[in-house]
Amino acid sequence: MDFINAIVLLLNYTVIPALTYGSQLALGAIFVTLVYGILRFANFATGDMMSFGTMVAVLLTFYFQSLGISFGLLPTALLTIPPAILAMIFYMLFIDKFVFSYYRVKKSPPVQLAMVSVGVMFVTQAIIRIIIGPFDRRFFDGEKFILKANEFKEMTGLNEGLTIKSTQAITIFVTVIVVSIMFWFLNRTKTGTSMRAYSDNEDLALLSGIDPKKVVLITWIIAGILATIGGVLYGLDKSYRPFVYFNNMLPIFAAAIVGGIGNPFGAFLGGYVIAFAEILVTYAYKKFFAYLLPEFMEPDSLMQLLSTDYKFAVSFSILVIVLLFRPSGIFKGKTL
Amino acid sequence: MMQHKNIIAAYSIMILLIIAVGVLQSWTIALTILNYCLISAVMTIGANIQWGYAGLINFGIMGYTALGGLAAVLVNVPPVKEAWKAGGSGMVVSLILIISGVYIIRTVLRKFENSKKRNYIVAAIIVIGFVFIRYISGPAIENIEAIDPAKTGFLGGLGLPIIFSWIVGGLFAAGIAFIVGKIALGLRADYLAIATLLIAEIIVSIIKHEDWLARGVKNVIGLKRPVPYEVDLQGATWFIDLVEKFHSKKLDLITSLSERQDVLNQLVIDASSVYVKLCLAGLFLTVVIILLILTQKALYSPWGRKMRAIRDNEVAANAMGKNVVKEHLLIFILGSAIVGIAGAMMVTNDGLFTPGSYRPMRYTFVIWVMVIVGGTGNNFGAILGGFVVWFLWVEAAPIALFFINFFTAHLEETNAVKQHLIQSAAYFRFLLVGIGLLIIMRYRPKGLIPEKINIK
Repeated sequence: MDFINAIVLLLNYTVIPALTYGSQLALGAIFVTLVYGILRFANFATGDMMSFGTMVAVLLTFYFQSLGISFGLLPTALLTIPPAILAMIFYMLFIDKFVFSYYRVKKSPPVQLAMVSVGVMFVTQAIIRIIIGPFDRRFFDGEKFILKANEFKEMTGLNEGLTIKSTQAITIFVTVIVVSIMFWFLNRTKTGTSMRAYSDNEDLALLSGIDPKKVVLITWIIAGILATIGGVLYGLDKSYRPFVYFNNMLPIFAAAIVGGIGNPFGAFLGGYVIAFAEILVTYAYKKFFAYLLPEFMEPDSLMQLLSTDYKFAVSFSILVIVLLFRPSGIFKGKTL
Repeated sequence: MMQHKNIIAAYSIMILLIIAVGVLQSWTIALTILNYCLISAVMTIGANIQWGYAGLINFGIMGYTALGGLAAVLVNVPPVKEAWKAGGSGMVVSLILIISGVYIIRTVLRKFENSKKRNYIVAAIIVIGFVFIRYISGPAIENIEAIDPAKTGFLGGLGLPIIFSWIVGGLFAAGIAFIVGKIALGLRADYLAIATLLIAEIIVSIIKHEDWLARGVKNVIGLKRPVPYEVDLQGATWFIDLVEKFHSKKLDLITSLSERQDVLNQLVIDASSVYVKLCLAGLFLTVVIILLILTQKALYSPWGRKMRAIRDNEVAANAMGKNVVKEHLLIFILGSAIVGIAGAMMVTNDGLFTPGSYRPMRYTFVIWVMVIVGGTGNNFGAILGGFVVWFLWVEAAPIALFFINFFTAHLEETNAVKQHLIQSAAYFRFLLVGIGLLIIMRYRPKGLIPEKINIK
């Protein structure tokens, strides 16, 4: 019984939160990796672009709520995702047309594009703050829990409760669907194949008649979908605050590089690697060992490797270690 | 000659702008802006050495600035004796353990050939060492942080004048830059940017959360200034006399004696804050000029030519027998050290150390905008960039407010859009700086004062 209690404890406090957080990171990381692989630059505006999509969703949610429209048990924000995606794609294409395309046509070095994306980051951040302000906003509504700790305890008779928040279930569910569709698209359709060809060897792809404009367009569309969904899911699970989204760019970058930048599947797994590492290293295992070990061996300390303050530092350290030993990432991305 | 004229014109406009702020707003604000401009200029010199001379992207400026600030605390604050008694020995033992651990790992890496077994040994040493060090340092840290946590709760520093910290800050930053450079410099440009940014985040999070070191997010306040305090000046006769002489015409017009005294008091209070800021500006200007002379000398020396050769064609420079890896590491360390000096100067200027305020937006990206806007590879350009961008960054809100009021003048005071815009005037600085960067990148990619190499 103690053993099952220990497992439930771990599930409740590490595995489920890590899966949720990992899904949110994974969506962002695939966005980074696609832009890097196909448009060939590190997009420092990643976090703020996600923030932009989420902002549209938040505003629409408030509007829908004022109209009295709701999605029953599910959060209203899910209804607002499609229009938010449209707005996001429109914004990205607008930026691409007036900013990025010039450097792409000129074949500027990737560094210059990265610097330009810093400019885009500033502008996007300004737009967001001017429209919605820098404050913390919660836009979650609907049923909060799928499974409450007490219900679980009654059901199974265990000491430890298992809580599943609806946002966690929605995040994992939506991520699985979106990512499966995306991989199907990239691997099975003609357009997806042409995108991968363009990413692998631009000149050869152009020679074989692939239209670069179409590839770029589709890339931004997929990027917009991923950025908005990732951002909204994160906002539903925690809350929406522009500054936090900017900061989230860093673990997202870490996930993309750990997975091997330019490799979407690697980025997907990289998100979970980072999330699990962050949560497992900063979790206090005292109670877990109390269940497993006999009484006289019970630990006194918290059994925590690092305090939760170092959450971000853990993911960055993993990145540094990966860069040291496998510079192309765990799952072989582009060579450096 | 054209080039010189441009530089002189650009700097004169900048100085006129700051004077305009002094006349229109107040001299205290103008001098505060000037001081921050000078500190930013030191940072841009550091970043420009790395990016302009050698083409290395260092997005870790935030981390080195924070290290400089840490140095200011560790040099200036008097040592906390009780804390040293309570946990000093534990911390010293931990430090020795860390150093010996690094040493052991180095020998293992040298002695054994690259194999899986070696990696496992290194990993085992790290894990065992980590647990052991936590076991020793844990209680020591707890003891230190328990001592008067509202005021101290940390080991304190050396109690030396803060001006020494400018050198120490440079050394701190150089030391960390050596390690970071060893790890990250082999990476391609944009990877290097991301890696340095994330490593800087690690540095800042350590400074933020290791309370025994510098109180973490509880901040250290009341650092001693290298220049006189306003309160002392307001009591000093020579200063009051000076102010009286300076404003004698204005004061002579006032006939009533008590009124004259009141006006004089107000003038002395204003003048004292201006005087303090002027002293700081003098110190900062000295640093900027020394660095400018040194970097200009370096730029036109054989070493500078070598750096440019490496920047423009790494492969060719390597083929000519230049040690690219070594030079990159050297210039990474030099640039970071200068940023570290700037970090210490900033804490000196503020008189307080707030680790929570080190954010990538303000201390990495804005500095980079300065370098790019000013002119990469040209020290005069980089310094000008520091001035222009910092000026915009500070004055963006008043300018935005002016335009909002101008364009919405026909709307009523209670208009929701107008109120919303006025409330968010502060965020127009991001817009201004961002659009400025985009325009410069597009139409003047080499910056306001571009690099120009005259071979004499």
